[in-house]
Amino acid sequence: MANHSNTIFSRPEALYDTVTHYCPGCTHGVIHRLVAESLDELGVRERTVGVAPVGCSVLAYNYINCDFMEAAHGRAPALATGFKRMRPDMIVFTYQGDGDLASIGMGEIVHAANRGEKITVIFVNNAIYGMTGGQMAPTTLANQITTTSPNGRNVTDTGYPIRIAELLATLQTPGYIERVAVHTPQHIIHAKKVIRRAFKYQVENRCFSLIEVLSTCPTNWGYTPGEAIKWLEDNMRPYFPLGCFKTPDVKEVR
Amino acid sequence: MEQYEVMLAGFGGQGIMTAGQLIAYAGIKEDKQVAWIPSYGPEMRGGTAYCTVVLSDTRIGSPIVTNPRCICVFNRPSFDKFGPKVKPGGLFIVNSSLINVTSDRTDFIQLLVPANEMALKAGNGKAANIVILGAFIGASGVLKYETVRETLIEKLGKKKEYLDLNLQVLEEGYNLALETIGQKDRV
Amino acid sequence: MAKILMKGNEAIAEAAVKAGAQGYFCYPITPQSEVAEYMSRRMPELGRVFLQGESEVAVGNMLFGAASTGLRVFTTSSSPGISLMQEAISYMAGAQLPAVIVNIMRGGPGLGGILPAQSDYFQAVKGGGHGDYRLLVLAPSTVQEAVDLMMLSFHLADKYRNPVMMIGDGMIGQMMEAVEFPDEYKEDPLPPKDWDLTGAKGRSPRVVKSLFLDPVKLEDNSWLLHEKYERMKREEVRYELYKVSAKNKILIIAYGTMARICQTAIDELEQEGISVGLFRPISLFPFPEKEIKKEASKKNIQTVLTVEMSTAQMMEDVERAVLGAKPMAFFGHTGGIVPTP
Repeated sequence: MANHSNTIFSRPEALYDTVTHYCPGCTHGVIHRLVAESLDELGVRERTVGVAPVGCSVLAYNYINCDFMEAAHGRAPALATGFKRMRPDMIVFTYQGDGDLASIGMGEIVHAANRGEKITVIFVNNAIYGMTGGQMAPTTLANQITTTSPNGRNVTDTGYPIRIAELLATLQTPGYIERVAVHTPQHIIHAKKVIRRAFKYQVENRCFSLIEVLSTCPTNWGYTPGEAIKWLEDNMRPYFPLGCFKTPDVKEVR
Repeated sequence: MEQYEVMLAGFGGQGIMTAGQLIAYAGIKEDKQVAWIPSYGPEMRGGTAYCTVVLSDTRIGSPIVTNPRCICVFNRPSFDKFGPKVKPGGLFIVNSSLINVTSDRTDFIQLLVPANEMALKAGNGKAANIVILGAFIGASGVLKYETVRETLIEKLGKKKEYLDLNLQVLEEGYNLALETIGQKDRV
Repeated sequence: MAKILMKGNEAIAEAAVKAGAQGYFCYPITPQSEVAEYMSRRMPELGRVFLQGESEVAVGNMLFGAASTGLRVFTTSSSPGISLMQEAISYMAGAQLPAVIVNIMRGGPGLGGILPAQSDYFQAVKGGGHGDYRLLVLAPSTVQEAVDLMMLSFHLADKYRNPVMMIGDGMIGQMMEAVEFPDEYKEDPLPPKDWDLTGAKGRSPRVVKSLFLDPVKLEDNSWLLHEKYERMKREEVRYELYKVSAKNKILIIAYGTMARICQTAIDELEQEGISVGLFRPISLFPFPEKEIKKEASKKNIQTVLTVEMSTAQMMEDVERAVLGAKPMAFFGHTGGIVPTP
């Protein structure tokens, strides 16, 4: 038997062999893996620089095995811009949550996208501030209860949740923007293709890309991991439709 | 000469800054220490423009000069504003084409130069700044006429027809100053 | 190279080019926009990076990202813009990134005005952003010195792996003076870089960060930074004396444009028979404390007069240096009013 064994599944080289600090049922680990697999498959890990955000994934550099910078809250696209402009031969990605990217970092992401920076942005949308303890985010759904919207998000007072993928897709500058989810195996398989494609566009020096990933936060949502998956399916998916919103390949627009 | 300060003032667009820079360039050619200080900010967008040039044989201290040795005014507001600031014993060059008054002060030399008329007569009213530049060189003697002429050729030499006109009015301004106040009374 | 007439802002830009700056990031603000205009032509012509960002907040962070490559990068701004960059400057100091930041100061606080002032002294020399850190701060008083110190700034940034700030007032930026550039920028050897992000090929990954969640490690980092600042105090104090002699009754302390104005005043007073000397700090951090103390302590000095285009900011450092040894006085204007001799 031993002589005939084939490895059909293993840890990507771009992922460290370590235990993460993420909560049970959180999908950050899955998204990290998809990023790591993409870097491995494209053979770019050794010329990649990641930019970690402020938020739960602040320690992403402890899990993803490549050079890293740690940004100030929301500024990852600015760091990525500075780096990529100086070293266009390297692969640069940011990994940001919704508080980081859609709130304090809104200016930086819009302008990085509009300049068409040849970077890849992994935008993890779980509709809440995770690390600071479950406060309302720009992506928090209407009536969703958070620690700073204890009676549910009141949209007449705080506005409606921001759809980042749609918003950035309005820019004239070419780019690749798609929203995916990672709450079921099928979705994960598709998300992997999309994330890999986003990196591939960068390897080909084609365009800015942003992949919005719908993600769970059982801890701060107050659900079990199983309930969180159902909550995402029932509540987030209707408001944040999955799909490609912008692509440099015209034929791929749905 | 230890130090000589000249201020040029007028409307934006009258070539004030350029004339000042030409003085500074010529100063470098004569191995002088130079500093050119512009007015800047909202007023440079269409309003009053002025600059000061400091020329010195030794290290220049303060680039800010309260009472320059020479002030060249190109328009009436500058005449009113800067006339009182000329250093006693100094030189006040007035563009009499656009300023129809003269200073009551008797403690300096006042030189009236119809700069716009002279420039227009030569073919282009825009060269009034060079007329004044010529007059300044003639009246002050602080820089050699030849040096300034060379500077003009270097800096404004791209378009031959303008250069010839500029050189002509430079000479006319210079001669006017010499004829008016004479070689020995230079300030 | 022959002497050429250049505006301070343009001379600063060209000095950066000569010192090997590979990237420049900017946002327009008076009175330093000429640097950006100059670089927008110059850098592409050299195949180097020029980028106008969407805000000073972004520009500061672009500088962080760019500095992480290990290449020489810089930005220029003026007071309100520098305030917005403090976030990135603090992060760069924490992450030990070399970068050069030029502040062509205007009057504040708030939107203030656009005329020359020296009112960002505290912000520059006391850190400026959050956390235990310092910038190495240099203050030129002529356009030529701005060129020389600009080039030196890149060297010192690399030497100490620390942001270096050059502060000039609007006068330094806007004034034209004759300048001379060296044909080639010669500098002392620098330590090899073992921190720049070049891709984890044949080595373990590197992380450029200012985050240390373990308090012991954070304290270690802060003391490591502190040691660097102490070394700067030993090795990088720069100053100039003007007409300092045993005849002086008064010792003036002034920097930048203000020091030049004082020189002229000193010359005028000399003719009236009053002997005054000038101590001009060139490095504001490290501040020439011992040297000022030494000069101020001399028997002939009766008063130490600090002169600034701000409301007695540097004077606090002068007081700390003189330590009550002599009576102190202050003279200054701010808000864009430049004192005259």
